[in-house]
Amino acid sequence: MAINFIEPLYEVVRNQDRCIKCRVCENQCSNEVHRYDSDLKVMLSDETKCVNCHRCVALCPTKALKIVKSDNCFKENANWTQANMTSIYKQADTAGVLLSSMGNPEPLPVYWDKILINASQVTNPPIDPLREPMETRTFLGAKPKDIVKDKSGNIVNNLPPQLELSTPIMFSAMSYGSISYNAHESLARAATELGILYNTGEGGLHEDFYKYGPNTIVQVASGRFGVNKDFLNTGAAIEIKMGQGAKPGIGGHLPGQKVTADVSKTRMIPEGSDAISPAPHHDIYSIEDLRQLVYSLKEASDYKKPVIVKIAAVHNVAVIASGIARSGADIIAIDGFRGGTGAAPTRIRDNVGIPIELALATVDKRLRDEGIRDNVSLVVGGSIRSSADVVKAIALGADACYIATGALLALGCHLCRSCHLGRCNWGIATQRPDLTKRLNPDVGSQRLVNLIEAWTHEIKEMMGGMGINSIEALRGNRLMLRGVGLTEKELEILGIKHAGE
Amino acid sequence: MKRVYVNEKWCLGCRLCEYNCAFANSGMTDMVKALNNVTINPRIKVEKANGISFAVQCRHCKDPICVRACIAGALHLDEDGVIRIDDTKCVGCHSCVMACPYGAIMPSQKGVMQKCELCLQNSSKEPACVKGCPNHAIVYEER
Amino acid sequence: MSDYVIIGNSIAAIGTIEGIRKVDTTGTITVIGNENHFVYGRPLISYMLMGKTTLEKMNYRDLSFYDDNKVETILGVEVTAIDKDKKQVALSNGSTVSYKKLMLATGSRPFLPPMKGIELVEKKTSFMTIDDALKLDSMINSESNVLVVGAGLIGLKCVEGILSKVKSITVIDLANRVLPSILDEKGSDLVKASLEKKGVKFILGESIAEFTSAATATTTQGKELSFDTLVTAVGVRPNTQLFQAIGGQVNRGIVVDTLGKTSIEDIYAGGDCAECFDISCDTQRIVAILPNAYFQGRAAGISMAGGEEPFDQAMPMNSIGFFDLHIITAGSYIGDKDIVLDDENNYKVLFTKDNKLVGFIMIGDVQRAGIYTSLIRNKTPLDSIDYTLVREHPQLMAFTLKDRQEKLGRSH
Repeated sequence: MAINFIEPLYEVVRNQDRCIKCRVCENQCSNEVHRYDSDLKVMLSDETKCVNCHRCVALCPTKALKIVKSDNCFKENANWTQANMTSIYKQADTAGVLLSSMGNPEPLPVYWDKILINASQVTNPPIDPLREPMETRTFLGAKPKDIVKDKSGNIVNNLPPQLELSTPIMFSAMSYGSISYNAHESLARAATELGILYNTGEGGLHEDFYKYGPNTIVQVASGRFGVNKDFLNTGAAIEIKMGQGAKPGIGGHLPGQKVTADVSKTRMIPEGSDAISPAPHHDIYSIEDLRQLVYSLKEASDYKKPVIVKIAAVHNVAVIASGIARSGADIIAIDGFRGGTGAAPTRIRDNVGIPIELALATVDKRLRDEGIRDNVSLVVGGSIRSSADVVKAIALGADACYIATGALLALGCHLCRSCHLGRCNWGIATQRPDLTKRLNPDVGSQRLVNLIEAWTHEIKEMMGGMGINSIEALRGNRLMLRGVGLTEKELEILGIKHAGE
Repeated sequence: MKRVYVNEKWCLGCRLCEYNCAFANSGMTDMVKALNNVTINPRIKVEKANGISFAVQCRHCKDPICVRACIAGALHLDEDGVIRIDDTKCVGCHSCVMACPYGAIMPSQKGVMQKCELCLQNSSKEPACVKGCPNHAIVYEER
Repeated sequence: MSDYVIIGNSIAAIGTIEGIRKVDTTGTITVIGNENHFVYGRPLISYMLMGKTTLEKMNYRDLSFYDDNKVETILGVEVTAIDKDKKQVALSNGSTVSYKKLMLATGSRPFLPPMKGIELVEKKTSFMTIDDALKLDSMINSESNVLVVGAGLIGLKCVEGILSKVKSITVIDLANRVLPSILDEKGSDLVKASLEKKGVKFILGESIAEFTSAATATTTQGKELSFDTLVTAVGVRPNTQLFQAIGGQVNRGIVVDTLGKTSIEDIYAGGDCAECFDISCDTQRIVAILPNAYFQGRAAGISMAGGEEPFDQAMPMNSIGFFDLHIITAGSYIGDKDIVLDDENNYKVLFTKDNKLVGFIMIGDVQRAGIYTSLIRNKTPLDSIDYTLVREHPQLMAFTLKDRQEKLGRSH
């Protein structure tokens, strides 16, 4: 190819006055952007290779580096944007599906930012969480509708299996393979320390992590990678992945280069083979089929584990959720269209699915209307970015939230959206040993613990402000929310009033 | 006592420890001023080969051979457990280099010897290599 | 009466005091030394002449050392005899000191072979002590022509110490090369060449036949030498006389075990006057080096006070520099000789035997030499490490992961 149509998006700006030529940038960049020129005695940069992950910027001891957006541009065109044009050039070069990572970056509405939280004044005074008890403990699972007594009049314990969380946040599914061993260990250890759960994703569970089983959700996806009886019985819950927010309608795809010996053993597939999950579960074409899988898994785990069914937020999500709530599942997890992932076809990532806020509101309402809300707990994910998003989600009707991108950010991810390249400079989305060692789980797990503890503090503060002292009392309490800048229709779907009303 | 320990499993070979060491012992307040266009001579050295890397500095042995080998009485095992060198007494004879099983003592620019003294008496006040290690491959703790 | 009496006040004596005090903090200690100086490292005297240190800074321990350790010192006095039955020592000042345990840290003295006409030479000295160095310093000036007899460690360090202060230095030695006790021939050549570049003249393979006046001498091959100051540095002899006189077992030096015990009850010895077991060649011999003196003294002190910490890792090792050229050597030069580096400024040779490193010579680049020393000391099997790697440069990378973790992840 004689002409290079792909122009660098960033410029590496080095303040040569500050650069001490320690070459940390060079030895930390797996994309080989930086190099030392011994003739010129300066560091040089090749920005065509830069993915803007900020590893060099973060580690530069004299803060001599910054990455800036290139102002090299095509002729301005609001329709044929530079991004659209570059995509065309890429596909004309390669004939390939465009790949990207880490969620939908397009400027589509974020409803969380158009919802505001209430606070008490004068009457029903706020509660000070530093002085009074504040309960964030959350139980996930189906709740019995009736009190059942035996012949002697004693109450029968008919409570289905529950997951207990210290705070209504869990780490959502990321497979070992898509992320590194050390990233997994960080998540597992943090979940254990925090009293919450993390999720294996569809990559099976590394034998080293079985000890974290009580804080592990094991996932069964369409490829069935890594699924066996021990796996099912080790986790605290089993999740059936029907779909995911980043790429609704298609299955996971782990390139062979990431299927190292250890990953291959954990996934139970040959080393180096592409791990391509089918788009559908080939045994599920109806709610009845789903019910069969739910009960197969319950049977395999002796009815001791809640079963979660995870779906992507799509157009008719309420109806689908209604079906799942009748399938025997204990928990429904819904993943919004901003959900992140190690790799997804760009067009699907950016154009398929619906916002989680709307999906949650409509599912919660539908299940209530049908009187089956207690059949299941609702867990939502797909870009929960802060404790405020968690509070809003719970007030909209969620029982708990799933976070993944936020967790990876805590581990060092800078959202360069290059996971699919397998050269993650932060040691997260890679299997290269020299890169995976960059994430020390001692550090990683502590950062995750810090993050969740900080959010939990903030959740308590916000609940206290509303005069609410438990997650239970916040759940589905849409009176605590108001919309701003939303249409009548949006407010109707969200089930909230406009600010000022 | 608290010592510096190295876990090569997490060492990235980035050599930030060497630069932080050189800066902490430079007596200057700005790293650029201290280290720009300078060939650093740190008291911690990273060994790096075939994908393995780790930093080596004085282990502050409880029964230090270097102190025994010093002909000038310039090396001391102080009461706080730190082995320090009195650079006004050192004559640069290299006997400590001959003795140290870790290869952790080296000549300074002044021609006498230098070694890690845990930064307790320079501007860092705690080991600069540990503070600056991006991956906790070097830690400062009781073991 | 003293619980512990130490004859000698150099490094072995300090080791003894520190050894005793590790076990016994109250027993009385008396040190008797014939030099009227606070303890100092003997090798410093050449650095003092060069100006790299001063008399004030040469103290080997803090000036409060004797007080801190509750040591009584009797300095500037010779011990004339030991009475092993009465357990006392007689001093040159006529007094006696009784002991419960006695340490012989008597060191060595310069050895001067008979040289015809030496009595004619007025300005002459050996080069062992501070007093020798001060005497030499007072004898020389920028016009001095110095003749040094002996091209060993002492002679050449003396050369380094005074070279910039005098007009010329000639070194003569019967051996045909310099530093024969610690270098092989190539190493000797390199060091000699480097000193010659600095202006030192060498006459090797010859000795002084006769001093013909206070300022002239002829060599065995008939060369005429003129000089004004003479330094004799031919060799040293261990001070074993006191012990021999009471029937103690002496070979080349006083025979001791790894705890410093001699053949006579309650008498201990260590340092340059005593022998030890050289682990680099499995031989009993005198290893007259400073660290060895300390360790032997310490082991003796500990056993004198009732403890037991044997010193069983004795071996020769020397670190010596001439201007900017550093030399570190250790162990024995036996077994297979592996010349790793041989250029104008650097020389490195390793000696291996029975899967072990037994000796090395490094000249020039001596960085991290202690890693080699530790391989000899620990008798590390070479097939348990990456010898190819360590051969190139002393490095911990050559050890196994487990060994590295042990070295860098534990306190030692």
